[in-house]
Amino acid sequence: MNRSSMWEAVSGIIKRDLLLAMRRRSDAAMSVFFLVIVASLFPLGVGPEPAVLRTIGPGVLWVAALLACLLSLSRVFTADYVDGALEQMVLVPQPLAVLVAGKVFAHWLISGLPVVLLSPLLGLQFGLDGDPLGVLALSLLLGTPTLSMIGAIGAALVLGVRGSGLLVALLVLPLYVPVLIFGAGAVTGSMAGVGGEANLSLLGASLVLSLFLAPWATAAAIRIALE
Amino acid sequence: MNWSKYSAPQAFYPLAGRLIPWFAVVAVALMGVGLYMGFFVAPTDFQQGESYRIIFVHVPAAWMSMFLYVVMAIWAGVGMGLNARLSFMMAQAIAPTGAMFTFLALLTGAMWGKPTWGAWWVWDARLTSELILLFQYAGVMLLRTSIDDMRRADRSSAVFSLVGVVNVPIIYFSVQWWNTLHQGASVSMSTGSKMAATMLMAMLIMTVAFWLYSIAVVLARVRCIVVERDSLPVWDEKPAVSQEVAEVR
Repeated sequence: MNRSSMWEAVSGIIKRDLLLAMRRRSDAAMSVFFLVIVASLFPLGVGPEPAVLRTIGPGVLWVAALLACLLSLSRVFTADYVDGALEQMVLVPQPLAVLVAGKVFAHWLISGLPVVLLSPLLGLQFGLDGDPLGVLALSLLLGTPTLSMIGAIGAALVLGVRGSGLLVALLVLPLYVPVLIFGAGAVTGSMAGVGGEANLSLLGASLVLSLFLAPWATAAAIRIALE
Repeated sequence: MNWSKYSAPQAFYPLAGRLIPWFAVVAVALMGVGLYMGFFVAPTDFQQGESYRIIFVHVPAAWMSMFLYVVMAIWAGVGMGLNARLSFMMAQAIAPTGAMFTFLALLTGAMWGKPTWGAWWVWDARLTSELILLFQYAGVMLLRTSIDDMRRADRSSAVFSLVGVVNVPIIYFSVQWWNTLHQGASVSMSTGSKMAATMLMAMLIMTVAFWLYSIAVVLARVRCIVVERDSLPVWDEKPAVSQEVAEVR
């Protein structure tokens, strides 16, 4: 097997998943709406004082992005698991981990990228402006792929398990803690004037580490689920 | 002597039964010695008064909670690598004890925090990472109980424990950089200990006691798991189990 056939398989998977998502656009729109609604609930609950909103803004937006990612996780593998396509992917000569990385990338394009693009707008709702807005979008750009990567492990572990929706949240949320800390920390740091570079670097490091390790763990979990 | 024969649950079951009393007796004895030293022999701390004495339970429990997670992940990894049923059973048996020590560390930490920091709970790095460790133990156990097929339950929770063992140090450092209020480590390998010799002695004795206790409890739980999974209590070297079964019948 040469490199070009591997690349063909991955791009094929990405194209297929994007096509499927385009045919059911409301699915993809749902997680974005969820993010907007959750972010809008906090000012209603906490009160409209701009100073308070500015303090909690980075954390709230990051937690909302994390929950939006969590809710969309069931879409990564479930449909393919139910109709048997996942089994065919395991039988393909290309390594499963590489195909998994392609699927996760497609998932991020559908549910993660809209969150990144929408985040400056939501940041304005919380009174962020200038540099912190840019850092917020950048931190989400670096952080949401990590969330998708880690989440895919959980999604694969609970395939076909009863109560999988809640279970995946219990498994994945503790693993999301470092990303949340680095992401919200980057925005808070840039608001406080110390800059978000350190936390952004750590987010980048988390992304690289998860790109390297998560596909293998996910592939192992898929094989176990299909046994 | 051929040790590998004990990787079969049938062979391990009686061995575990013979080992449990030894570990249990020594653990209880050391716990008695350690607690006596901790409460009556060790000097009163000049800053914290008597309330510091909770560390003789708190610190060993916190150490064991992290140590047992690593041991659980190692057994899970061995199970995945060698496809050995007993390794998965060991991993399954360790999880509740590890979670118990994590909870104990959090509880004693709160009891110590109230008089010392003036708050039951603070969002300090070690407390937070210990709390997340508890969540991960819960995740391992919940994943196992949600899957009916035993082989899949074993292997899925093994993958999750291995992912968690990569994540625990990352969580630890991330929360440490995030915020820290907890006093620095009292015992460190590089600079040696900063506390009185009797305090350190009592703490180490308690650690060994907790460790032996964990072994005894885990072995007892593995025996239960073996009986439960293979549903035939006929491997005991003594007729004890068969007698109980006969009485039930």
